[in-house]
Amino acid sequence: MMMIFGYPAPLMFGQLLLGLINGAFYALLSLGLAVIFGMLNIVNFAHGALFMLGAFVAWGMLYYLGINYWWALLLAPIVVGAFGVVLEKLLISRLYKLDHVYGLLLTFGLALIIEGLARNEFGSSGMPYAIPRQLQGAVNLGFMFLPIYRGWVVVAAAVMCLATWLVIEKTSLGATLRAATENAPLVQAFGVNVPRMITLTYAGGAALAAFAGVLAAPIYSVNPNMGANFIIVVFAVVVIGGMGSILGSVVTGFGLGVIEGMTKVFYPQGSATVIFVVMVIVLLARPAGLFGKSA
Amino acid sequence: MLEVRGLNAWYGESHILHGVDFDVREGEVVTLLGRNGAGKTTTMKSLMGLVPRREGHIRFQGQETIGLRPDLIARAGIAICPEERGIFASLNVTENLMLPRQVAPGGLDLATIYTLFPNLKERASSQGTKLSGGEQQMLAIARILRTGARLLLLDEPTEGLAPVIVQQIGRTIREIKARGFTVLLVEQNFHFAATVADRHYVMEHGRVVDMIPNAELASSMDKLHEYLGV
Repeated sequence: MMMIFGYPAPLMFGQLLLGLINGAFYALLSLGLAVIFGMLNIVNFAHGALFMLGAFVAWGMLYYLGINYWWALLLAPIVVGAFGVVLEKLLISRLYKLDHVYGLLLTFGLALIIEGLARNEFGSSGMPYAIPRQLQGAVNLGFMFLPIYRGWVVVAAAVMCLATWLVIEKTSLGATLRAATENAPLVQAFGVNVPRMITLTYAGGAALAAFAGVLAAPIYSVNPNMGANFIIVVFAVVVIGGMGSILGSVVTGFGLGVIEGMTKVFYPQGSATVIFVVMVIVLLARPAGLFGKSA
Repeated sequence: MLEVRGLNAWYGESHILHGVDFDVREGEVVTLLGRNGAGKTTTMKSLMGLVPRREGHIRFQGQETIGLRPDLIARAGIAICPEERGIFASLNVTENLMLPRQVAPGGLDLATIYTLFPNLKERASSQGTKLSGGEQQMLAIARILRTGARLLLLDEPTEGLAPVIVQQIGRTIREIKARGFTVLLVEQNFHFAATVADRHYVMEHGRVVDMIPNAELASSMDKLHEYLGV
């Protein structure tokens, strides 16, 4: 058996893949959080619940309506995005003039309510969601077996992150979004309907979370806690990458997933804490985060 | 074109404007003169809907705008070049230039803007805030010329700039007046204001206290010195 640093190669590559998959979810979730934070100045603690909701919507579509995975990948983000519009219009928009803490409390409360309702309805044991037929099986890469679905998750997440980055950095819509993040009143004085833009930004962030949720459904069981399990690490990712930085959240998301995976090989006891150790070190050296601009 | 009557404005508890009255006619360049804190910038922001609370009447081309959101005021045809210039650091020069929405036909096209401000073309892909102060001011003026807005609010466009740049801004204002734009200008420097404006309103303590046609500026110097404390 091939060995790397005295460890069996399949173990290394297996953990590397696992790290990349976790990293893909970290990246997608922290990307949405970063966009929402940049525009709304709200730390969206409901993000994990929206992720979970995406998985549940996909599951519900399959079991009640017979809508398959591919359609769910498109429709669940739209449904959850629409839910995001309602949340923003009805509740979150009332907080913009108040201290950050209120946004945190509101979204945290929303997360508890959404997750609680899901637990009440479906229990907490979780429900299986089958891998779509086209992505079942595995390929032998020579040095390891790659389950096709897991490879697909990494690629799909990377493409979605790249697409989001392109929209924000290279289009006129993105330029307006960046400008509004800097100085919203002036952008509004230039004829842009900023309140509507803020609503759609929240909806977009929610849709990204739901997209991640659908991707996650066949890997983890669809259960009410699946978002809560991720969200704490995702917040660490956002802090390490730099609050509000798009590139930061993507790079840091994938990077930390890999670091976490490698820690499982070299020092398994530390795998649950390594991200927070990185966070402490980064915050000591660069309080604004790796990609953040110091205020 | 613009009719302001009994305009009051507040920032939180502080009452800044106490019944401002003035008019701007189509095609005019009109200045607001006054000491620091007289309420000139607050007047500009109130016209644009950018103060938290305002009362009174602001009629623009017959339309009451006092209760409108800033984006709807912009769409009615008013554009602002703010005192702090408001160049966006995360946008390059072209993105800054293209940011304000086109609200009506009749704005300047890019070719004309680049003829007026050749520096902006050379630096099209630079980060907005990497430009010199003068270039940033040019950019702040240029981007509102594109929109088709007919009333331009220029808040201290010459502040802190070298004399040669001030002259260039003077030429620009005369050029846009010649093209039929209407300009409301806030100025500290009335020597500069005299070279571009048709009329001057003097503000004190949140009110308009006097109006001086440009032709009478020379004969009103004593009065003006008293108002401005220079």
